[in-house]
Amino acid sequence: MSSLNIFDIAGSGMNAQTLRLNLIASNIANANSVSSSKGEVYRARQPVFGAELKNVIDAENAASKVEVRGVVESSAPPIMEYSPNHPMADKNGYIYKPNVNTVEEMANMMSASRSYQNNIEVMNTTKQLMVQTLKMGQ
Amino acid sequence: MSISFDAVLGNRPQLLALREKRSEILAANLANADTPHFKARDLDFSRVFKSTMPQPALLAHTQAGHFAPEQPFFGAQLKYRNPNQVSLDGNTVEEHIEQAKFAENALQYQASLQFLGGSFNELRSAFTGQV
Repeated sequence: MSSLNIFDIAGSGMNAQTLRLNLIASNIANANSVSSSKGEVYRARQPVFGAELKNVIDAENAASKVEVRGVVESSAPPIMEYSPNHPMADKNGYIYKPNVNTVEEMANMMSASRSYQNNIEVMNTTKQLMVQTLKMGQ
Repeated sequence: MSISFDAVLGNRPQLLALREKRSEILAANLANADTPHFKARDLDFSRVFKSTMPQPALLAHTQAGHFAPEQPFFGAQLKYRNPNQVSLDGNTVEEHIEQAKFAENALQYQASLQFLGGSFNELRSAFTGQV
């Protein structure tokens, strides 16, 4: 029964969006985590989404799920700030702040939550259609 | 005289299956709305519908070099959608359009369901002899 497939597909989308929301939460929470060296400082993390290609060859099951290919750390340089009185300052008087752009993360969060809602709508509609199908002929 | 279920139901069961398949494909489009390089797809209804109708004559497929006749059901009939605005990451899913198509398809599914249910009610009244 292929409508159960729809639940799988929407579920995979929700799963991917949840991971994205998790990473955004982590980025925003750590936006002010100061560090005393370039190597230790927190870097913004982003998920990499991909379409699951397993079913694409089989034309009858062409609808593809979302798979999370991994999490990448942003390669943008961390923000250096001259603040010699800071307890975390290195010997030159610099502290290192994460390369998290809070505004960007907020916009990203809205996009993720909308996509999540979209998938829920798909699930709800499909559920209603299935209930009606089960009642067919009654 | 015997009652043939197939004659009463006609192509309605296949139509329902087609709607269901299309909703699966549109669900995949919506789920992959943020996947880079994902291309939105859809079923071309008129082509699929034609291929479900009885074919007058099909070309025989007698040698390996012959082109295969068209797929009987909706397997290979998926088409890529032409986006109105291209996004930078190569994704061609436009959520508003996909949502509209999904809602349209859900309505068409309900319509097909009603017609199929109506056929069963017709059969039932024929069996019981009461209207």
